[in-house]
Amino acid sequence: MLRYFLTRLAGAVPTLFIIVTISFFLIRAAPGGPFDQEQTLPPEILANLENAYGLDQPIWTQYGRYLAALAHGDFGPSFKYKDFSVTELIGQGFPVTFEIGSIAILLALMLGIPIGTFAALRHNSAADYVSMTLAVVGVAIPTFVVLPFLGLLFGIYLHWLPVAGWEPGSIRHLLLPTIALALPPLSVIARLVRASMLELLSSPFIRTAFAKGLPLHTVILRHAMRPALLPVASFLVPAVASIMTGSLVVESIAGLPGIGRYMVQGALNRDYTLVLGMVIIYSTLLIVMGLLVDLLYAWLDPRVRFER
Amino acid sequence: MSSLLEDAARRLRSNPAALGALIVFVCLVALTFIGPWFNANAGDTLDWSHVAAHPALQSAHWFGTDRLGRDLYARTLEGARVSLAVGLVASAVSLLVGIGYGAIAGYLGGRTDHAMMRIIEILSGLPLIFFVIFLTVIFGRSEYLLFLSIGAVGWLTMARIVRGQTLSIRRREYIEAAVASGASTGRIIVKHVIPNVIGPVVVYATLTVPQIIMFESFLSFLGLGIQEPHASLGTLIAEGAGEMEAAPWILLVPGGFLALLLLSLNIFGDGLRDALDATEP
Repeated sequence: MLRYFLTRLAGAVPTLFIIVTISFFLIRAAPGGPFDQEQTLPPEILANLENAYGLDQPIWTQYGRYLAALAHGDFGPSFKYKDFSVTELIGQGFPVTFEIGSIAILLALMLGIPIGTFAALRHNSAADYVSMTLAVVGVAIPTFVVLPFLGLLFGIYLHWLPVAGWEPGSIRHLLLPTIALALPPLSVIARLVRASMLELLSSPFIRTAFAKGLPLHTVILRHAMRPALLPVASFLVPAVASIMTGSLVVESIAGLPGIGRYMVQGALNRDYTLVLGMVIIYSTLLIVMGLLVDLLYAWLDPRVRFER
Repeated sequence: MSSLLEDAARRLRSNPAALGALIVFVCLVALTFIGPWFNANAGDTLDWSHVAAHPALQSAHWFGTDRLGRDLYARTLEGARVSLAVGLVASAVSLLVGIGYGAIAGYLGGRTDHAMMRIIEILSGLPLIFFVIFLTVIFGRSEYLLFLSIGAVGWLTMARIVRGQTLSIRRREYIEAAVASGASTGRIIVKHVIPNVIGPVVVYATLTVPQIIMFESFLSFLGLGIQEPHASLGTLIAEGAGEMEAAPWILLVPGGFLALLLLSLNIFGDGLRDALDATEP
């Protein structure tokens, strides 16, 4: 197991390297530079700035230097936020993004799995139709529509929750953003669990369990739940990716100090190091998530464990 | 073949939700084209005597106006036309690329297939949003390139589906017959492989269109897509989200339209998939 895990981890390094390389040259291909402003700088000052940041070197030298610094864990200085390194910027914002993202994914799992199971047990009943209709709504309506609507309803008309803003440790401020963020993955999870549960309920081993006279909750929790969660496990990587994209919107609407804004701003400002730092953070998160899903798979499905 | 399609059509007809969604979708699309005939306001006229006016059916502005006094009814319909156009064209681009790539990888197989699938794996490892952001900053904010860059990232799943289908048919007799009769590889892929994998592609395509409309609106919402004075539903929603407290209808009108559009397309796509795939419970 450990050996397998380490092999996969080592395999992730070249992937990450390719992603960094593609991103480095793509963002450099964009016209303009980090020091373009409304009033153009005198050429001498621009030359000094470019010299200080090494931008006057040939691009391959810059690429080599960037990789060398990266190998030492140094993401470089931000071009736009003076006096901040990319590590500091991401270090400040990441906990906020991580918090809302992980609450959202937990919410999606904790609500989506029971809803899907319940819908499957009450197949073709009103409860089934209602929950599956809601699931379509959750998939179809984008986060940037849902969150303002929620804010309008609960914030402006009912005055129950703040529309936007952030206070450290305040659950009330996080409630609407995390609900909006959790809705799309929640709906997908509910649909996946319902479909796999329906298939399982008619399978021989579940019918045997019922025939033995086991109570419903034992059959579902002890026998059906683990295989029913397999599709959910493979959905987790795209779910994390969609939550990352969603948090970009949610943070900007709700005014949360996460790292989402750096993605668009960094690219628009040609803040090369910041953009690359974001790409690295996000890709690493996705790769690590993929590894965790593999481990989860081995736990959920004994066949995977004994195959090797 | 025809009986399979007849079966599917029968199942689709007996699914009231999917039929209802199709009717709603057709009505919405029709409204974006014939809607301007019912109301004389143009989307780019600034009516300074009615700035941020309430929606009211007896006034000239049925759905109210925005901060600059532009008629929201006209602007929403215009934005919806743009969103639909981008959705259809970008879906077509992603379908063409995905079908071509998937069919070639699946048919050639072996090392080529392995390398081509590895590229897809790497591309899906990169958060797609970065790709689009990079493409928009490289090519500037041209609306034609928006079609391309959205289509360019939407093809990955389609390529996987087509490859899987191609793998399952490439050892069939009719392909072997084509090889034996000396047809070129390109001709076999275009004439024999693609027509036989098109079924699941059609189903997936109906679900691609709403995804791409959503993605375009998302980009426009971030300010990376359609630019003023033009509007798509995403830019209108972004504008409305800023005015939420003082003038909620600026958000509710385009937001509601987009929600209805995506919902109807998704429900219809689901219905179509269920109708064509009898194995789905």
